[in-house]
Amino acid sequence: MIVAVASGKGGTGKTTIASNLAVCLPRPKRLLDCDVEEPNCHIFLNPEIDTTERFTLPFPIVDETRCNGCGECSVMCRYNAIVTLQSKHLVFPELCHGCGGCVEVCPENAITEGQREIGSIHTGTHDHALFVQGLLDVGQALCPPLIYAVKRHTATNGITVIDCPPGTSCPVIAAVKKCDYVVLVAESSTFGLHDLRLAVDTMRKLNLNFGVVINRVSSADRQVAEFCRNEQIPVLLEIPEDRKAAEAYSRGQLLVDVVPGFRELFDRLCERILAEFHHS
Amino acid sequence: MKEVVVISGKGGTGKTSLAASFAYLNGTSVIADCDVDAPDLYLVLSPEIKRLEPFKSGRVAVIRKDDCIGCGTCMDKCRFDAVREIRRIGRESLFVIDSFSCEGCGVCVRLCPQDAVDFPGRICGEWMVSETRYGPMVHARLAIGAENSGKLVSIVRNEAHRIAEDLNISCVIIDGPPGIACPVIASITGASMVLIVVEPTLSGVHDMERVITLTEHFKIPTCLCINKWELNPQIAGEIKRGAKSAGATFAGMISYDSSVTAAQNKGIPVVEYGGPAAQDIRKVWQNIEKRMESIEAPAAIEA
Amino acid sequence: MKISISSQGWDLDSLVDPRFGRAAQFLIYDTEASSFEVISNSQNLNATQGAGIKAAEIMSHRGVRVLITGHCGPKAFNTLKTAGIEVISSAEGLTVAQALDKYKSGQFTTSNSPDVKGHWK
Repeated sequence: MIVAVASGKGGTGKTTIASNLAVCLPRPKRLLDCDVEEPNCHIFLNPEIDTTERFTLPFPIVDETRCNGCGECSVMCRYNAIVTLQSKHLVFPELCHGCGGCVEVCPENAITEGQREIGSIHTGTHDHALFVQGLLDVGQALCPPLIYAVKRHTATNGITVIDCPPGTSCPVIAAVKKCDYVVLVAESSTFGLHDLRLAVDTMRKLNLNFGVVINRVSSADRQVAEFCRNEQIPVLLEIPEDRKAAEAYSRGQLLVDVVPGFRELFDRLCERILAEFHHS
Repeated sequence: MKEVVVISGKGGTGKTSLAASFAYLNGTSVIADCDVDAPDLYLVLSPEIKRLEPFKSGRVAVIRKDDCIGCGTCMDKCRFDAVREIRRIGRESLFVIDSFSCEGCGVCVRLCPQDAVDFPGRICGEWMVSETRYGPMVHARLAIGAENSGKLVSIVRNEAHRIAEDLNISCVIIDGPPGIACPVIASITGASMVLIVVEPTLSGVHDMERVITLTEHFKIPTCLCINKWELNPQIAGEIKRGAKSAGATFAGMISYDSSVTAAQNKGIPVVEYGGPAAQDIRKVWQNIEKRMESIEAPAAIEA
Repeated sequence: MKISISSQGWDLDSLVDPRFGRAAQFLIYDTEASSFEVISNSQNLNATQGAGIKAAEIMSHRGVRVLITGHCGPKAFNTLKTAGIEVISSAEGLTVAQALDKYKSGQFTTSNSPDVKGHWK
């Protein structure tokens, strides 16, 4: 079973939920941090990283001696990463999405592919379970290929938890695609409700099963809970606004380890998720 | 024209609350919400929409079912896992494109032996020009699953610049996106000033370091402020020192104050609502203004 | 010799479009024939990225030797230079006719480098 933890916007507590959930779940389990722009699960889990591999994307290399200057490659390229200027070529690797179209259409087989590095993948263990995170290099723009590469570490047995990037655009789609269940984390506020609506829309368009964890709940503000009730979305857990929790988070501590009552909250969340999954 | 972009490595650190407050404090500005993925600024500034435009970008492959002979070339050649095979009993398979995964590269369009793949333009969202109490506002909404688009950010920003020039408004305030990738890069290149908002948490420090590397990479003057500093005064102190040694100007600390959420729920900027955080935000804005006075006008942005 | 000017309109009285890659039109003036043609750049306006690169490629295919515009970013500049095209990126605010006159009388300085920073997508 693959459980993705996602949210309409950042800062709602996604990483907190994912990492605390990851320690409470029964083994076999693993955690994949797919928030490749800002992966933070490692701060809370302190995994032992034993391998680091560089991640690369292909880009075209033109053999000028074979090129006949026909320009088919630049007509093919939707990303303007390769241009033909009479007999010369210019390649802009940073614009290349690695689709391989230029290689396919070149009538002289003059194009081969090189590899450019865009990030790294760190693999290790925490709590006797596999931990994997992707880390995009600063200055790089293209996340989905790195996210897919991290997701290749999904387990065939047990539970895989995926910490997603925030938002509803293409990196999120890459992270939640083919997951069995999505936990949406929403903050109990006006912004929180607005962003949850977007996230719910996204999950429905993708036909994914999902439930909501409401974070930082104060008794005065029930708008997110009411929204879920009206939309018939299961509320998996409500986490009360707790200064102690915020402080523990700031120090990089797991809430289940240091804040009284949180271990029970997350044990309940595990049960709810497993039940929802078997139910659907 | 001066342009302040409010960003943070991590989401949810208070960017939008600050940007809205700056708009209030500056009197008249052009305001742009470049967090096109989760645009929340309108919840605080209650803009009245004057103009709405579709955002078109790239293309998407669509297989014409009737012309597909089930050869599977599209699936073999697609590097983005965007082709699904639908097996049919007693007949050849049918192939369909998952538009959420399609990168719009056109490889399947070009290689289909039957020319059975259409390649229409894609509508990836919309953008708007509105009026607020604090000046004109440009904002947008990226469609679900759309390309994480720096291009939409560029449109919003360029439109904000154009309006500022047309109406002779000297300051553009931008609520930027979180992260460090394409939308952030599109929000900050060529800006006169970036303000990084950090919370004093270990994750906050981690993300801040990455985002400062980015502003250095693009050589943009950078200020930094700490939100909810009382959460961890020790880390707050470390961030302050770290920011200075990284070449950023420290612009102040903002209190952990429930009036921030209260203002949000009321739909007004924090500084208009009042409270300890409001006082702190005023000081941050004064420091930014001071820092900006010492900077020459920014280079123009290629449009 | 062909001189291309990024243009907001369709004739010599139009203003120079300060943008290169996402210019509205290009007016291509042939000095031998003293005539011009205007080509639309609308396809490029919707490019997801690299509009300047594509526009530079079009200039090269059209046999343009001199490009006059407002601003030119690093990728477009690199492409134009590789194609052997002279770049002048200081014509913002002029009409196309004024820019041509200024070029003919040798009052422009050729750009040696891109004059704006690159931007993404």
